Amino acid sequence: MTCCGGNIAADGAVGVSASADFSRAEELLHAGRERNDGTVEYVFSAPDIHCGACISSIERAIRPMHGVAYVRVNLSLRRVTVHLDPAVTGPIEVAGALAALGFPARPVDLGDLDELERKRRDSELLKSLAVAGFASANIMLLSVSVWSGAEGATRDLFHLISALIAIPAVFYAGRVFFRSAWGALRNGRVNMDVPISLAISLATGMSLFEALTGGDKTYFEAATMLLFFLLIGRYLDQRMRERVRTAVVQLSRLSAKGANVLTADGEMRYLPLDEIEPGMRVRVFAGERLPVDGTVRTGLSDVDRSLVTGESMPVTAQTGTALEAGAMNLTGVLDIEVNNAADKSFLAEVRAMMEAAENGRGAYVRAADRAARLYAPFVHSLAAIAFVAWMVITGGDWHTSLYIAIALLIITCPCALGLAVPVVHVIGATRLFENGILMKDGAALERLAEADEAVFDKTGTLTTGTPTVTDCAIERPADISVARALAASSGHPASRAILTHLGTGATARGTGIAERPGLGVEGIFSGRRARLGRMAWVAEIAERSDTQDASGGLAFAIEGGPLLTVTLGEHVRDGATAAISALQNAGIGTRIVSGDAAAQVARLAGRLGVTEWHADQSPADKIARIEALRAEGRKVLFVGDGINDAPALAAGHVSMAPASGSDVGRTAADFVFTRDSLEAVTAARGIALRAQSLVKQNFGLTFAYNVIAVPIAMAGLVTPLVAAIAMSASSIVVVLNSMRLTRGDPAPAANRPARSALAVGTGSMEAAE
Amino acid sequence: MTLLTVLIPIALFLGLLGLGAFIWSLNSGQYDDLDGAAARILDDDED
Repeated sequence: MTCCGGNIAADGAVGVSASADFSRAEELLHAGRERNDGTVEYVFSAPDIHCGACISSIERAIRPMHGVAYVRVNLSLRRVTVHLDPAVTGPIEVAGALAALGFPARPVDLGDLDELERKRRDSELLKSLAVAGFASANIMLLSVSVWSGAEGATRDLFHLISALIAIPAVFYAGRVFFRSAWGALRNGRVNMDVPISLAISLATGMSLFEALTGGDKTYFEAATMLLFFLLIGRYLDQRMRERVRTAVVQLSRLSAKGANVLTADGEMRYLPLDEIEPGMRVRVFAGERLPVDGTVRTGLSDVDRSLVTGESMPVTAQTGTALEAGAMNLTGVLDIEVNNAADKSFLAEVRAMMEAAENGRGAYVRAADRAARLYAPFVHSLAAIAFVAWMVITGGDWHTSLYIAIALLIITCPCALGLAVPVVHVIGATRLFENGILMKDGAALERLAEADEAVFDKTGTLTTGTPTVTDCAIERPADISVARALAASSGHPASRAILTHLGTGATARGTGIAERPGLGVEGIFSGRRARLGRMAWVAEIAERSDTQDASGGLAFAIEGGPLLTVTLGEHVRDGATAAISALQNAGIGTRIVSGDAAAQVARLAGRLGVTEWHADQSPADKIARIEALRAEGRKVLFVGDGINDAPALAAGHVSMAPASGSDVGRTAADFVFTRDSLEAVTAARGIALRAQSLVKQNFGLTFAYNVIAVPIAMAGLVTPLVAAIAMSASSIVVVLNSMRLTRGDPAPAANRPARSALAVGTGSMEAAE
Repeated sequence: MTLLTVLIPIALFLGLLGLGAFIWSLNSGQYDDLDGAAARILDDDED
């Protein structure tokens, strides 16, 4: 981590775009990691990289730059890694060059990513898989010779060679299972890895004994094959989670990691978030999100708090207004005094509530572990019974009895059972990915299938968070061209909505057009003032009229002319109506729980046909609603996006968040959908239901298989050859059955290529920032 | 039978060679960017 917080004079002339560049440059400087050879490594995330030509154009342009020691594009992850000589050039130049090439890039914080650590774990699993594959293939070759009639010294030699290969391989490749099984047993639980570890270690131990004493049957190939199959499932599962985590991390890279602090001598200095203390003054430019909670000391602006509180309309911030971290400053520069350190902010409170809420979900047991709870005692007692029974039958031949008991443990096939769930989840995750939905964890798919009540947040979830014009009195062409000129000069969401509504066409030329934070936009056209903004402010210059209700709303007027009102409404997210009615048709209760005012919520609820709605809900109220539903025995699917929704996202039985939402919301949710349409909810539920039925079928197949296998094993008829065939056959049947999830009705948006999902996600997030 | 004492070590050695090569390629980062590797082979620029 390099640390070289540069200084910059904080005079009022710092414009909006210059200030954004400044923050970015500082963010870049904090994102590097020093390497052994003295260069600094930076990783940029550039979502626009998409083909081979991008690789060569970027590498060709960056490599000759002065001070660049190394540059490499990773097409799969859409990243650029550069090693820079810090004395010669900085990451800002590289970011600038990338932007000039048409690849806007953001730094990836290597410290946060723990990239190395996770890569190591990922390749450990892959190496285990390779070792298990090598061992099982070679042992199988030797075993085939034994089965086809090798005898005497040759057989014993083959068994010993097998032992030589199998024992290190089992120790190396089996670590994953042994660790997990030991962890579960130590906590007094049983998971799927307990019977697996037991079968593998007993089979290896007994086979070693047989090999050393010149016995005629060993199970080395069964033990290593079991490991090989299970590691395939484990590796696929890990890769799925890895891909999703990368995607989610890339989304969250887009938030502020520090703040511009004003020092006592009037300088501005960029400090990382953990160094911000209460009482400091922080400057927030238009277009930036507040990095910390604070009270406005100087400045006037409009602030969009929709991510924080769920209020759909921007509020005016002036001296004394308290604002929460995550609110977006829209129009003016604000100097705020920090109320709480970053770890005691509103966000931190939300996090604490999230943790408390998550404890409720901790009781959930995955389907595979539920099966293991039934399966393990059953199989283990059967093995014990077999041992005792054969001891009696053979009159105390413990060798034969133990042999049969262990053969039973091997053949009852923890293998198929171990694959029954993860394979379905991996294929389900791929299907979801194709639909632009990221799944955090396989268990979420199980919980989604169980959900019977859907609770939606309003702002940002059912609506897009960008307002649209519902009613507009600006109709005369002359007025329209002036209004267009005013609206075009402002970045306020209301202005943008009005501009979109007015469409393109003639635009009047004005002078002195300026934005008045908290009020609106003003300018002089043909010698007359014109205003677009808050009604009371606009009414000051408009023609007198007694009937005006100047309390709220927006208006436009040219000096001395009539007051023309504009009403803004919320834009309902694509697919919201379809998703709600599909859920209702499926017998799932729907309700809206919003932090916004009652009037707005009621209007939207009526439009979507939702009868149950609650307005003015704080994060605690939202959790209380979910807890109440849970107490009634309902399993709640919560869909929300804001910081205020995060505790509810954690409290719900299962939860979904749009990629355009807050970082903390995305982190809390089980699913993140990267496309705009809310039909992602129904698409995900459809896949979850199919996955659930396939998992049940797989358990059924395994059970049916055991009904046949157990009596054979109990009768002592299992030879290593039978065990090998039975195990691979049952595993293949389970995998093939799971593959059926790839078929079936494609969800509405399935015709888009899977790879675009990530780019779509980051793209829409950037638009929202 | 004596042939076995030659053939089995050879078979195992070749297998281990393959395993070693795989682990080496994994550690040297050759699987980090499979999409990129597919595109790079078409790039004539020598560097």
